[in-house]
Amino acid sequence: MTAVGLTAERPTGSGHARPWAAIQQTATMAWRNLVQIKHNPMELMDLSVQPVMFVLLFTYVFGGQMEGSTERYLQYALPGIIVQNALFATMSTAIGLNTDLTKGVFDRLRSLPIARFAPLLGRILADLGKQLWSLALMLTLGFALGFRADRGVAGVLGTALLILVFALAVSWLSVLVGMVAGDPEKVQILVFTLIMPITFTSSAFVRPETMPDGLRAWSDINPATQLSDACRGLLTGGEVASPVLWSLVWAAGFAAVFFPLAMRAYRARA
Amino acid sequence: MTYAIEAEGLTKRFKQTQALAGVDLAARTGTVLGVLGPNGAGKTTTVRVLCTLLRPDGGRARVAGHDVLRRPGLVRASIGLTGQYAAVDEMLTGYENLLMIGRLLGVPRPAARHRATELLERFRLADAAGRAAKTFSGGMRRRLDLAASLVGRPEVLFLDEPTTGLDPHSRGELWEIVRGLVSDGTTVLLTTQYLEEADQLADHVVVIDHGRVIAGGTPDELKDQVGGQVLRVRPADPADLDTVHALVAVAAGPATALDGQAVTAPVRDPGLLPTVVRHLAEAGVAVAELELRRSSLDEVFLALTGHRAEADPSHAGPGAAPPGPGPGHPGARAHAARTEVPA
Repeated sequence: MTAVGLTAERPTGSGHARPWAAIQQTATMAWRNLVQIKHNPMELMDLSVQPVMFVLLFTYVFGGQMEGSTERYLQYALPGIIVQNALFATMSTAIGLNTDLTKGVFDRLRSLPIARFAPLLGRILADLGKQLWSLALMLTLGFALGFRADRGVAGVLGTALLILVFALAVSWLSVLVGMVAGDPEKVQILVFTLIMPITFTSSAFVRPETMPDGLRAWSDINPATQLSDACRGLLTGGEVASPVLWSLVWAAGFAAVFFPLAMRAYRARA
Repeated sequence: MTYAIEAEGLTKRFKQTQALAGVDLAARTGTVLGVLGPNGAGKTTTVRVLCTLLRPDGGRARVAGHDVLRRPGLVRASIGLTGQYAAVDEMLTGYENLLMIGRLLGVPRPAARHRATELLERFRLADAAGRAAKTFSGGMRRRLDLAASLVGRPEVLFLDEPTTGLDPHSRGELWEIVRGLVSDGTTVLLTTQYLEEADQLADHVVVIDHGRVIAGGTPDELKDQVGGQVLRVRPADPADLDTVHALVAVAAGPATALDGQAVTAPVRDPGLLPTVVRHLAEAGVAVAELELRRSSLDEVFLALTGHRAEADPSHAGPGAAPPGPGPGHPGARAHAARTEVPA
């Protein structure tokens, strides 16, 4: 057996990652996380079928009873469905990181002379890209079903920006979960039991006025309420300043608490 | 003589387990160092320390001339790692996996593509290059993993149980690849539970048990170190097996063991063979096979550690090692061997 070309000069000169190299490594990791979708039909389901399914189910199953008309309910619920989907999607960061940890991919990456945070940042960037995809899909479907964005393009762009900022903040919680969880299945269960109640006790799908007092008090401060109301305001009109502000406060709170914890967990394991 | 890998007094503790209790080892540049030991002996922990994946509690190590604690970046730029669990990305194709590593190493895109194609061809993965790695067989996955660790043309290659779980054919293929790499000048550290693998590939072997190196040398030196030879007797009629066992045990002592259809016994006294032959003749037992040979590494391992190397990883684990005082000194040999005699 010949071994030509296997042990000639190495392409990498320095063991220290320079800033440009680190950016390129992050981009490569992001590419890797996106190209994975091609070979993973389940992930495509998560990203595409699930958002479409939620929009259709909520509109046509609940619409009539909630607002007397599917169009009217869609107008109310689409921002909330977008928020719920975005929250679920942030947790794919946890699942992805955890899979890399448990399958040994992180060991390989760590044994390479690359910037330590390239795998993490690449993952987060790719997941934000997936957020945008799902958002675009839901809005397009919404428009096809009769949703009206009364504030026009600015409102849509504002919504996208707010969702991304919020998702980025929450993804530090996701990173923490991904780093400490035993296996990807546990992450999935934890995420579901966390996010379902949060979105269902918010203004995402129903008006909190109809809730019992205690629940309503919670709903008023619920981050999912603030974010849903903010998106609703940006897309269909109504109050914008207060819910956007409170959404950003929540995002800052998430980042302040979970960014340091996530970084500590990441340094310990990756 | 230069050493591509040097480790001195490595210690590492995980909660209740002393994973490394002072590991010393060295691999000469361009040779294969076999690290032999049962599951839980500290092989993987040693590799993880040397690959900068794990900080040791104590001790020093240099890989490719760089201190693993002070210059981890330079160490990483010099090594390739193929782990016990094939660490390829299952959701990427073989080609994409190699392309990713090349790009991460800063290889320009055309060169990284070329390198990926070249390695896939060399490891007979060209046909499967466009398939997701999750569809690969165990042997293919392991070859891809090895290819991934070679993208950067490492000076030092760490193979952590590279053939565990592979069929004999795939194992042989991997051995060939490793030989090719070594002939090109790569230094290889190979951990294994398979004594045959160490015998086949390693220039130098260290035996690890309970986080400590308990023996070292060339495979031949190790066999000599444990000393003696092994007598093997296979009766013509399997029904005579118990008789033969009893006869040999009288002459060779309690270390006599049943091995399939044959009886084996360590030989320390040169007079044993004639004695056994005489006993067999007196008893009128027809013998199909009578053999006197040097101890295999398996027997060396048994004598050194007091337990057999685990060939089947499914029933092994950190708890597989027998309790009691460490059998790391020569005096423990006889006792250790005796524990293996069937009652």
